[in-house]
Amino acid sequence: MSTKAIWVFIEQTDGKIADVSLELTGKARELADPLGYEVVGLLMGQNVGKLAKRVIARGVDRVLLADDPQLAVYRTLPYSRVAIAEAKKRQPEIFLIGGSPNGRDFAPRVASALRCGLTADCTDLQVGEYTVKKENKTYPNLLFQIRPAFGGNLIATIVNPNTRPQMATVREGVMRMPAARRNRRGVVEELALEFEPGDFALEVLSRQMRHSTVKLKEAPVIVSGGAGVGASDEFALLRDLANLLGGEVGASRAAVDAGFVDRAHQVGQTGTTVRPRLYIAAGISGAIQHRAGMDQSSKIIAINTDPNAPMFQIAHYKIVGDLTEVLPMIIKTLRERSMEQADEA
Amino acid sequence: MTDQKPLDSVVLVKQVPDTHNITGDVMTDAGTMNRNALPAIFNPEDLNALEMALQIKERCGGTVTVITMGPPKAAGVLREALFRGADRVILLTDRKFAGADTLATSYTLQCAVQKAGPFDIVLCGRQAIDGDTAQVGPQLAEKLGIPQITYAETIVEIDSEHIVAERALDHGSEIVRCSLPVLLTVVGSANTPRPESARRRLAQKLAAAPGEYASLRQQWPEFKSDEELDAYLAARDLRIAVWTAEEIGAKEEQVGLAGSPTQVHKINFVVLGSTESKEVSPTADGIAAMIAELVHEYIVG
Repeated sequence: MSTKAIWVFIEQTDGKIADVSLELTGKARELADPLGYEVVGLLMGQNVGKLAKRVIARGVDRVLLADDPQLAVYRTLPYSRVAIAEAKKRQPEIFLIGGSPNGRDFAPRVASALRCGLTADCTDLQVGEYTVKKENKTYPNLLFQIRPAFGGNLIATIVNPNTRPQMATVREGVMRMPAARRNRRGVVEELALEFEPGDFALEVLSRQMRHSTVKLKEAPVIVSGGAGVGASDEFALLRDLANLLGGEVGASRAAVDAGFVDRAHQVGQTGTTVRPRLYIAAGISGAIQHRAGMDQSSKIIAINTDPNAPMFQIAHYKIVGDLTEVLPMIIKTLRERSMEQADEA
Repeated sequence: MTDQKPLDSVVLVKQVPDTHNITGDVMTDAGTMNRNALPAIFNPEDLNALEMALQIKERCGGTVTVITMGPPKAAGVLREALFRGADRVILLTDRKFAGADTLATSYTLQCAVQKAGPFDIVLCGRQAIDGDTAQVGPQLAEKLGIPQITYAETIVEIDSEHIVAERALDHGSEIVRCSLPVLLTVVGSANTPRPESARRRLAQKLAAAPGEYASLRQQWPEFKSDEELDAYLAARDLRIAVWTAEEIGAKEEQVGLAGSPTQVHKINFVVLGSTESKEVSPTADGIAAMIAELVHEYIVG
């Protein structure tokens, strides 16, 4: 019996490893150490062997390398074929996948074939003990897959006691990127691949990636708007304030769904998780899916006409008022300050 | 394009609580959600999937079958589908289906799709707003043994053998070509779903599933018994087909709670951190004091 393992799907595009994959190797390492498990990275692509040492530096013990021209760009069937075959053979305990478009295409396909449980968009992962009283049975060392549920007023802890691997997806930014340790050692194992003709039913004719100019994750200040902003025009106010503070505009899902602002701005469980120095929430009621993506911010200012908005409960500064009045006041105060500073200089 | 063969589509839809429009009434004093207070709606992206199927039918000919799994009242979304142009609707309902996670759901749908007959394209919304997992589509594709095109936004070309579709990704898009049969998960930006047709609505407003007869007869007291109503609906092709676990040949241990590998270990109410919080008055003075404090703490430069 080989060592028990936690697998991480190492997603790469054009030779660049997705941040979320490395964030997950860090989390996997943290979970594996007390259990004595091995952390395994499943790396697929064409000419991607050179990426293995970077994966190892972020906490992986063993890289399973699938290198083949047929894997040059991500496609559901060849990628899942490799993962399913190897998982059946090696029986990992846990399999973590980044909640990117590709990860969310790949993970359910694999889970279905392996007939195992899969939990989407976890906001935390832990290991613990689970007892089923009815069966009088205790399962040690299960993966606790923690996520908001039912409209977000509850946090559910999901477990898969009887099936392996225990699979979960996690969005980018939820886990912290581990530091790279260049001298870490690991093994690279090249996989023998077998495909079937049906695996190539789909071909990618073209791909157009725009480099998002929205850099939420790195922004020191985020000015976010929700449904309460009311219209796309009024996002201009948020943009002004964000520019003044050297920050970025964020949005709740409600604002994105209403078409006020592009999805790239969405903060929260199904958007980007952020930890800025200052987070200004304007007209955001504060559903837990949103809070899960920003509650680690150093300072939070909430502006809302509804004094009972849940966002106020985690805000450092509560402003009960109309954002179309409050935001201009903040902008004016900041402008006056910078003019005073200019005068002094 | 004379040799275009008609294409048969199956659309999987779900009735969901309208979690996007949570109002004060929905929250209880304990801070939990009263699900029954939420209106049940057609999952938004499933409407986009239905619209895409109807457009395929208009382009190529063929049929559109709509299937949902849920309690008898989920027949509501099937009526909506009929009013919008579906040819045939099927309700999967059985106590045994209760408590299904995405794996058990996709297995149940697989059994139903296979029983419904040959198909060229299976469509569903990218995800449902009550869970946002986006898992059932790909899991169903795997169970049916067909390829999947997730996040489908536009059908560029389609003929009897192939489809060329554009996929909407987070930071871009991709154009893919795939052989049929295939499963598509459809994003909200794909199209604007057509409204219900008044003519179809008039013709089919009575369409009902047997599980709904009791409540229907309160509105239509002229029907003295379920049998009478049933005979009336059956004669007019208005009885919505209802399939149970047994009728779709599903194994009991693979549906519902029994077929769900994921279990809920515990549910915690959200306890908000006891943040030290200051009330700021929405006045120039209040704001200025707050900014001064933030500057002092080097939060604002």
